[in-house]
Amino acid sequence: MSLKDQTTLRIVLYEGSGAQPLSTGDRFTAVSTLLEKGFALTCVGGAGRVAGADGTSLLVLGRFDGGRTPQVEDANGAVPIRFQDIDGIDTHGVMDLVESVRAEAKAAKHGEWKPWFPVIDYDRCTNCMQCLSFCLFGVYGVDEQQHIQVQNNDNCKTNCPACSRVCPEAAIMFPKYKAGPINGDAVSDADLQREKMKVDISALLGGDIYSLLRERSEKAKSRFSKERDSSKALQERQKCLTKLAQAGDIPPEVLMSLPSPEEIVRRAEEAKAKAQAALLAANRTS
Amino acid sequence: MTPTPRILYCHCAYAQIVPKEVKEAVLKKLCESNAAFDAVADLCEMSARRDPALKRLAEGGAVKIAACYPRAVKWLFHAAHADLAAEATEVLNMRVQSAAEVSAALFHPDLKPNLPAGKTAPPPASESPENEAREEMTNA
Repeated sequence: MSLKDQTTLRIVLYEGSGAQPLSTGDRFTAVSTLLEKGFALTCVGGAGRVAGADGTSLLVLGRFDGGRTPQVEDANGAVPIRFQDIDGIDTHGVMDLVESVRAEAKAAKHGEWKPWFPVIDYDRCTNCMQCLSFCLFGVYGVDEQQHIQVQNNDNCKTNCPACSRVCPEAAIMFPKYKAGPINGDAVSDADLQREKMKVDISALLGGDIYSLLRERSEKAKSRFSKERDSSKALQERQKCLTKLAQAGDIPPEVLMSLPSPEEIVRRAEEAKAKAQAALLAANRTS
Repeated sequence: MTPTPRILYCHCAYAQIVPKEVKEAVLKKLCESNAAFDAVADLCEMSARRDPALKRLAEGGAVKIAACYPRAVKWLFHAAHADLAAEATEVLNMRVQSAAEVSAALFHPDLKPNLPAGKTAPPPASESPENEAREEMTNA
């Protein structure tokens, strides 16, 4: 199931009228534990405004007076609301309660996927399609207006920022990356100069990476037919991949999980064709 | 009278890029303050899921967001079809600012909008049936 097809549960920690406030320590423990488990929550009771309701299921937790939970429902029937008295229940007990409500509501279980995916800065993006042409995993696509977009973010390889390094405008961010400007830090002139000179992965390998892989594949075929030495082939591949890993800060496990050279070439050609078609269509409409 | 800006805190739960001591100290201050606030486990995860809750969090007027880089936050919301209002959003960066700086800014009544200004962006992934179908085909 695609991540965006799942529903979520919103927790409300209620300390307003009709409920007793939690101690500061208990409030912090409850809030931080819920956040660590991946839940979104709203703390209500003190001064200030919070985001309004939408169709998300609500679970309202509070130390309700006399243990009596309010009898409230959404007049439109659009928002499922459930109240839970937590007076005298420790944090573990509260977490168990929340988890059972989550399961019942069939809401998303969090933390099963590290949210690693490219985020496009459209202020910088020139729609050049380099990223679409580069990515072998079908992360990118175009919309009806032939604008580049991230379509399959769960296909992205965790900790791999390679596509951001081929973007000539530094328009691709990975907010969980360690360094700027890929992490979302402002792009400076110095960054742009660096981007221009930066690693052109293919140049480092002496030409177009896919041509190189194709060439290697041919050589390998001829060698294997003579030697049938799979361990040597693996060594060769590792040598090539080490260069790539250093050039693009690509995790070795991502490179080692790449498909065969033939499959890479096939996918690369497919991606290039997709990018060219999108560029042609974009030129026609502009 | 201008209403007090809302507060949104991101816990960045799925990576160790925001210093733990900073995010914990900011959260502690929020819990001690008696202020109402919204908190999310991880804005990145919500954006990836195109969680409709981001729309709810983006709407409703002025907001101060304790998270990471303003440029990243702006486009994370955009990717989820939930554009933040540039003139009504201040992002505090827990990756580079101290907990004291972030907390002081969160509780300050004035809002200092700081989303990067830019050209009008094209819409992100369309929710049209054709596009959804294309996505499904790509996933298949």
